[in-house]
Amino acid sequence: MTALLTRRRFVLVLGAYAASSAAIVVVTPFFGSEGLDFSEVFTGLFSTQSGIDADIFLFHRLPRVFLAFLVGGALAMCGAALQVVLKNPLAEPFILGIAGSGSLGAVAALSVPGLLLHLGPFSSVQLFSLAGCLACIWAIHRFASTTMGVSVTAILLAGVTINILCGAAILLMRYLVSPHLLIAMDRWMMGGLDIVGYRDLLSLLPLIVPGLALLAVHGSALNQLSFGEEMAMGRGVDVSAVQKQVLLGTGLAAAAAVSLAGPIGFVGLIVPHGVRRFSGVDHRLVLPGSFCLGGAFLTVCDLVARTVVAPTEMPVGIITAIVGGPIFLRILVKKNRD
Amino acid sequence: MNAPLLSVEKVTYRYPGAEWQLLPASLSVAPGEILAVLGPNGSGKSTLLKLAAGVLKPDEGRVFLAGRDLKLFKRRETAKVLGYLPQDAESRFDYSVEEVVAMGRFAHLGGGLAFLRAYDLEVIARSLKQTETDGLRYRRLSRLSGGERQRVLLASVIAQEPQVLLLDEPTTALDVHHQMRLFSILTDLVQRGLAVVVVTHDLNLASLFSRRILLLKEGCIHCEGTPKTVLTKKVLGEVYGDGVEVISHPTLGCPVVLPTISALRQKEGTS
Repeated sequence: MTALLTRRRFVLVLGAYAASSAAIVVVTPFFGSEGLDFSEVFTGLFSTQSGIDADIFLFHRLPRVFLAFLVGGALAMCGAALQVVLKNPLAEPFILGIAGSGSLGAVAALSVPGLLLHLGPFSSVQLFSLAGCLACIWAIHRFASTTMGVSVTAILLAGVTINILCGAAILLMRYLVSPHLLIAMDRWMMGGLDIVGYRDLLSLLPLIVPGLALLAVHGSALNQLSFGEEMAMGRGVDVSAVQKQVLLGTGLAAAAAVSLAGPIGFVGLIVPHGVRRFSGVDHRLVLPGSFCLGGAFLTVCDLVARTVVAPTEMPVGIITAIVGGPIFLRILVKKNRD
Repeated sequence: MNAPLLSVEKVTYRYPGAEWQLLPASLSVAPGEILAVLGPNGSGKSTLLKLAAGVLKPDEGRVFLAGRDLKLFKRRETAKVLGYLPQDAESRFDYSVEEVVAMGRFAHLGGGLAFLRAYDLEVIARSLKQTETDGLRYRRLSRLSGGERQRVLLASVIAQEPQVLLLDEPTTALDVHHQMRLFSILTDLVQRGLAVVVVTHDLNLASLFSRRILLLKEGCIHCEGTPKTVLTKKVLGEVYGDGVEVISHPTLGCPVVLPTISALRQKEGTS
């Protein structure tokens, strides 16, 4: 049967991804350390009298679920694009050094207690982390730009080097700061989605929306790029522009995600492979499919993180690693068998 | 002779940081002809082809496509006139044959999601038929033999509906049967008015199928002409060294290049 991506097939498959993701987004807020009563939530939501369950649902659980969905979706979509541009199936957004630089910024903000402030919707930790990520993107761009476009090898080397340097700087700061600050640092670096309302969520949008938009328009060009730069050029792709825009888009979206949720691993790595297995390798579908599936995956991981050791909760980064590691190994084994 | 569709004029190129350079080289190809570019490894064949395709920008010299400077073309515009198949075009993702061929329509479709239209489907079907790959259309690229794979990639370039085809060693690692099949397809395309430039190491295929041959040595053009004028013992000796014998094909009359016994002995002696 034909595998060509027609408009009808695109709508059907993406509709299926979107519907299942929406179901997860709607259902998961009802579960947590305290179960919510469905009827009380609905009554509270649609009447003038607000109830406790409705308030918890609307102002506590729902923003968190939205954040999980947005962060997971962004990381997965970035991973899908980077795996093509960097010609590396193991690529994920953090390969660019964003995890290290974002963590360094956050740790720097946490090291100085006087810096724990809020500027509009942004906390100082978020702003410092964001600054670290953006500095990393700028550095990667500087190192990797050549007269012929972007050097993939230079990107990988620069990303690894930045992660190592930032790791060393974080260790130095941890050594110098007062021990009671170490808990906050460790907690941030494990990744978490515990936000307190829609304000934090809004702070993501100015970077994540343009970042993902830059990726979304290049699905067709990424298919061409998967055959190598020369083939893509021969087919009419402005390879240098696509590479730069994908790197910038990935940088912006991943920076926004890391600055608020910390470095959450594995989502950007395994979800795109899952989407390719479910619905084919055409990146016009892989990119939005990864967004939906990545969002749903992190939302479910977060549900596990906040229920499995209730009434306390686990950092979601631990759950994504526990779930993602074996899934990734299974994909690898199956691929080798095939 | 028709006016050339592609004309490369005295282009030079040096890779960043490398000593080797392509010295001023020119080529031209007209509709209805196959030009074979030959030469030893490292002689600059692929570099010349990349310059002609606009994949590399020449340090000096110019490239004209359909009478217009290639610099004035946007990438998509170039791809509508010129199809380029590089060496080792391989994807890490396992596309189906028809998906690969459909990718050839990229330049003709708009940006964004770029869904195929009825005409694009017609072109894809025609390209599959021309390359005798229509029976493979639902197969995955990873499940094809080398010869089938190469024909599918050729189909994807044909789906661009180009007027000029540039192919970089399309028969490498193919057996004689698949080599002949691929060159027969190229001959069909040329009869329909396409201009083809093919880089190859196979002197005999070049002799059999091309109208003209361009022979490179150490980054410059050693000579150019018909197979009969280029594929001589003297010229090949100057470029490849001793060890080749040239005879005439018993039925077609074109030159056939053979390794000589002395070359084999020399090889045995060194191994």
